[in-house]
Amino acid sequence: MTVQGKSVVSVLGVNKVFESAGGRTTALEGIDLAIGPGEFVSLIGPSGCGKSTLLRVIGDLTSPTSGTVTVNGKTARQARQDRDYGIVFQAPVLFDWRSVQANVALPLEVKGVSGADRQRRVQAMLELVELKDFARHYPYQLSGGMQQRVSIARALALEPSILLMDEPFGALDEMTRERMNAEVQRIWQQTGTTVVFVTHSIPEAVFLSSKVVVMSPRPGRIVRVIDVDLPRPRNDDTRETARYFELITEVRETLRGRWSGEGAAKASGAATSVASMERTQAEGAVG
Amino acid sequence: MTRSPVRAIARGVLLGLLFLAAVVAVWEGAKALGGDPWRFPDGKGGETVYVPPLKWPIVNDLALPHVWKIADALAGPVQREQAQTLAGFLVAAAIHTGQEALFGFLLGALLGLALAAGFVHSKLAERAFMPYVVASQTIPILALAPLIAFAFGNGVFGIVIVASYLTFFPVAIAQLRGLTSPDPRALELMRSCAATKWTIFWKLRMPASLPYLFSALKVAATASIVGAIVGEGNPGGSQFGLGRAILNFNEQYTSAPEKLWAAILAASLLGISFFLAVRLAELVALRGRPASGQA
Repeated sequence: MTVQGKSVVSVLGVNKVFESAGGRTTALEGIDLAIGPGEFVSLIGPSGCGKSTLLRVIGDLTSPTSGTVTVNGKTARQARQDRDYGIVFQAPVLFDWRSVQANVALPLEVKGVSGADRQRRVQAMLELVELKDFARHYPYQLSGGMQQRVSIARALALEPSILLMDEPFGALDEMTRERMNAEVQRIWQQTGTTVVFVTHSIPEAVFLSSKVVVMSPRPGRIVRVIDVDLPRPRNDDTRETARYFELITEVRETLRGRWSGEGAAKASGAATSVASMERTQAEGAVG
Repeated sequence: MTRSPVRAIARGVLLGLLFLAAVVAVWEGAKALGGDPWRFPDGKGGETVYVPPLKWPIVNDLALPHVWKIADALAGPVQREQAQTLAGFLVAAAIHTGQEALFGFLLGALLGLALAAGFVHSKLAERAFMPYVVASQTIPILALAPLIAFAFGNGVFGIVIVASYLTFFPVAIAQLRGLTSPDPRALELMRSCAATKWTIFWKLRMPASLPYLFSALKVAATASIVGAIVGEGNPGGSQFGLGRAILNFNEQYTSAPEKLWAAILAASLLGISFFLAVRLAELVALRGRPASGQA
């Protein structure tokens, strides 16, 4: 990869095989990916393409069967030990016995940040996600979108250099989702953190990302990396520009294995796996 | 959203009293329908007699004495020629038994917590020891109590051990379930900020387990009293306490059934107060959480 020298995340030749009673499943095969500092990278693909597995490999929540992951020049394990990651799941995973501010304070408590420092940091994070007035509320008193904002504040509490987001808005309605997308863009621009973002939604991926990584299933491979050149900050008007629709079409066609524009030749190697992807989808199999 | 503990308790007490009134009504109602003849002194040396229309042995005066007979007995002397009232005697006995049960409860709960904490961190330990934990509860406590008394001596300590024996099991089982209840993603979240097992235990597993723990503690609280009573009733178990009182009044049952009933009443009041104490602790410990209002 060309930018490897200054990559925040560098994935080289990663394979991941799951062994189970039912046999072997190759979740990831020959994954090479470089993510530069401050980039917003989306991983998109149909269910079972291994995009969540790739995110978990990067975050050292699971180990690759072979290949290497380098994060900030360290192993992924060391990066996790150094608390380089923040993580946001599809569900907010808030601790229901803790108030909003206590939830945000959790990573700080774990690290041993105490007293005024912790207080200040929690306040700053709640301001960032615009939930200052809800500091003393409990999670069950908040809407789904607000809960997810709390979990983003928690993930950013330790100022991680990498924010991992695993379909964070998959459970939200379309309107809330679009609002959250604008919010995430703002937070990303304010914090300058590198984001790896797993999603099912093509518009979401295009709206947010500087790069969209399109994946195909069984085995999980990277089909193509699409650069998104929409100007920032992106807003509701962006969603109505011709370039936005072009990019959405480009991602969609790539997902279907029908992309024939420039760069299609690069993806030809993946043609067979894309065909098998469509077959798998037709069978209704999901991972 | 959250009710205050005081109001919740007041409501509970009120409901309890209503329930008690209903029990007395059914009790005396059944005796009015099928009990032995009711005799009231008429104030002129004779008596008025009411003869219930039916004859049910299960509610005759020997099986089910009148509620006021039990009240009379409570106010009367514990044995003929003694100054102490039965009520006073039973209160003293209940305090004695309550102390044994409390120590048994605390010991058993700690043992249960320790076992669960061990099992959640070692699948091997769980596989190795869980069968024995379960097997321990299949042995009738009546058979085991004399053995425990033999091993630990006929003192308070042996009785405490019997009480803890009945207590640790529900705590261990429920607590293991509680400690393993967190969402796997919550555990991943803790791992992602490099939390140690110790931190994960205290900041995630333990708080997540509390609702399970309190359910078990309520079972354990009443079980500890049963344990203490059985322990006292052991041959040579104890000279004091409700267990000894129940055995003594058992022997006098044909002449004074109301004394045994009074002792049963004392034992159940002790059990209820233990239960309520745990419930109060639960309301305090789980305040702020959703759905903490269930008993």
